[in-house]
Amino acid sequence: MKYVDEFRNADLARGLARAITQAVAPGHRYNLMEFCGGHTHAIARHGLRALLPPEIELIHGPGCPVCVLPIGRIDQAIALARDHGVLLCTYADLMRVPASNASSLMKARSQGADVRMVYSAIDALKLAQQHPDREVVFLAIGFETTTPPTASVLRQARALGLRNFSVLCNHVLTPPAMRGILGPAPGNETSAHLHGFIGPAHVSTVIGSEPYRFCADDYHRPVVITGFEPLDVMQAVLMLVRQLNEGRAEIENQFTRSVTPLGNQKAQALMAEVFELRDSFEWRGLGSLPHSALKLRPEYASFDAEQRFAAPYRAVADAKACECGAILRGEKRPQDCRVFGTVCTPDNPIGSCMVSSEGACAAHYTYGRFMTDMPTIAEKPGATA
Amino acid sequence: MSPVKPGYTRPLDLRHGRIDMSHGSGGRSMVQLIEQIFLSAFDNPALAARDDHAVLTTPPELALGGQLVMATDSHVVSPLFFPGGDIGCLSVHGTVNDVAMAGARPLWLSAGFILEEGFPLADLQRIVTSMARAAADAGVPIVTGDTKVVQAGKGDGVFINTTGVGVTRPGVHLSGSLARPGDAILVSGTMGDHGVAVMSVREGLSFGTTLLSDTQSLHTLVAAMLDAVPGIHVLRDPTRGGLGATLNEIASQSGVGMRLSESAIPVRGEVRAACELLGLDPLYVANEGKLLAICPADQADALLAAMRAHPQGRDAARIGSVVDDPNRFVQMTTALGGQRMVDWLSGEQLPRIC
Repeated sequence: MKYVDEFRNADLARGLARAITQAVAPGHRYNLMEFCGGHTHAIARHGLRALLPPEIELIHGPGCPVCVLPIGRIDQAIALARDHGVLLCTYADLMRVPASNASSLMKARSQGADVRMVYSAIDALKLAQQHPDREVVFLAIGFETTTPPTASVLRQARALGLRNFSVLCNHVLTPPAMRGILGPAPGNETSAHLHGFIGPAHVSTVIGSEPYRFCADDYHRPVVITGFEPLDVMQAVLMLVRQLNEGRAEIENQFTRSVTPLGNQKAQALMAEVFELRDSFEWRGLGSLPHSALKLRPEYASFDAEQRFAAPYRAVADAKACECGAILRGEKRPQDCRVFGTVCTPDNPIGSCMVSSEGACAAHYTYGRFMTDMPTIAEKPGATA
Repeated sequence: MSPVKPGYTRPLDLRHGRIDMSHGSGGRSMVQLIEQIFLSAFDNPALAARDDHAVLTTPPELALGGQLVMATDSHVVSPLFFPGGDIGCLSVHGTVNDVAMAGARPLWLSAGFILEEGFPLADLQRIVTSMARAAADAGVPIVTGDTKVVQAGKGDGVFINTTGVGVTRPGVHLSGSLARPGDAILVSGTMGDHGVAVMSVREGLSFGTTLLSDTQSLHTLVAAMLDAVPGIHVLRDPTRGGLGATLNEIASQSGVGMRLSESAIPVRGEVRAACELLGLDPLYVANEGKLLAICPADQADALLAAMRAHPQGRDAARIGSVVDDPNRFVQMTTALGGQRMVDWLSGEQLPRIC
């Protein structure tokens, strides 16, 4: 497969593994958080852990849009589909996320709610055009990657004068979440365990590399913006190890084939035209973060499902035993959670980290739980391939 | 004055006609549907007797120690017609393969149809013709059947249940519980073709690909394999849940682990590309014309050669080994050189969003 196989070459992977092993200072820890679920998935699916030396710890961050959506938001969507009889469409991953009272969108569907899976926001708009007699609500989630398509569809809906289409907006922003993880003030103890970030790929294509500057300037943490292919991730690990060894904290760009300092300004303008900042938004695991999410601008109020229907958001506490919060902040590993793999499994998820394959817990359960006993097979310095 | 023909019934309108409730009511319309569509296509002596059952001749293998094998499968595929096949031939292949995976020679099939009111007769005839051709190609007659009609909205066009009966080769014993540490794991060809072909035409997914479903009956391949290596331990067709689910089933049944090599598993470029776009893993995508075999390691080369010599096994490959593992984990060395698990699929395989 062209443009994919090049980034999954086993010889190059071995070479990079060797370089990383040679670069790490023995006995030194390198705790690197990959912010994005896309990286978590790539690391798990390609089994990267086994290629890295034990000094490197990869910590799965909160960049899985499904995982950070609080229970109350799913409840709100279920209420729209069930009590207001809307045709609710959303991305597939969200279907199984646990809501209150052991419900989920999938269960609501089995009880008669009209919940449809779509592959893109435009499919939701098409459904609205095909069903002029129905209220169609698009449950929009995701970071800056999925936001421009929602904005584009909203602009289209307004141009078409659609009266039966609205969006339940849950779009969130990456930099405020990273700030949330690092702590309210530079040097805050809660993030002392994090040494550097493997920065987002697709998100950075949209927002550019500049918005991460505060990580280096305020918190002295290096960020390497990284593509989603396994060799990208390995190269980023090497770049981070070198920065940390040299005491540098810079924003470096490994994903130069897609990311520029200022990003996709057309997409940014589109987002700014349709959305504005929320004062505050509740994140699962991270609590309420200021200016961390988007809502529709007043000009688009008639397309805002929250204003159109009386389905107010109510915060719901996570299950007590669930450690999703600490895991999303990188304070605990999935296997440190009491319910991991016992009552919380991908088939019966308690926490949202167990739902999406990008979630830290599901990725570890599905791809990595054998490693609890598995010796690392990374090559030692001096070994020949 | 025009003469009235005695007992005249107007033939079914196979171009514009549709199923209505009378086609399932037991009256003349039902008989007409059965005669004009089913009997004419499935034509064989057992069916021609027009009883509510089939009376069958005992196969010779039984006297030599062969055992009877029976399998049933219901088919609800959507869309009904997909690149490379349709629900008709699929319903024959699926059940023939389930019987064949016991190391058996498939002998007879039954077919039960649940038709939805309003279903076009032209589509029904197309499906039945395809089914008849698949049965004839496999040499397995459809000897008894049933038709029911449900009200519009209570079905999805047509559902087909088929049951197959076969007889094992004397001395052959295959089961998912017989995989042993050290055994070799082989597949007969590329993985994921059927699932991606169906998904490519499913509503909401306009994905331009020329990929065809691999749906086919595998009993002649099985026979060739058993001729070469009678001591095969396990045969299974990795249908729903794909290779990943099938290997986990066998690991669990046999109480063993497995080690695979990702780069040895044959997957077509188109399937890999489609899966890459859709966020799916080809290891969990359904196949309808491929099989998985587990045999003692010292016979793996002979088995692989026999598979490759058969047209249905040209792309056969040895993909890994059975290992001793109390956790019954299926593990894989990735193409990149990493290590990961190939776990059970949880729920439906849903596409990731970004």
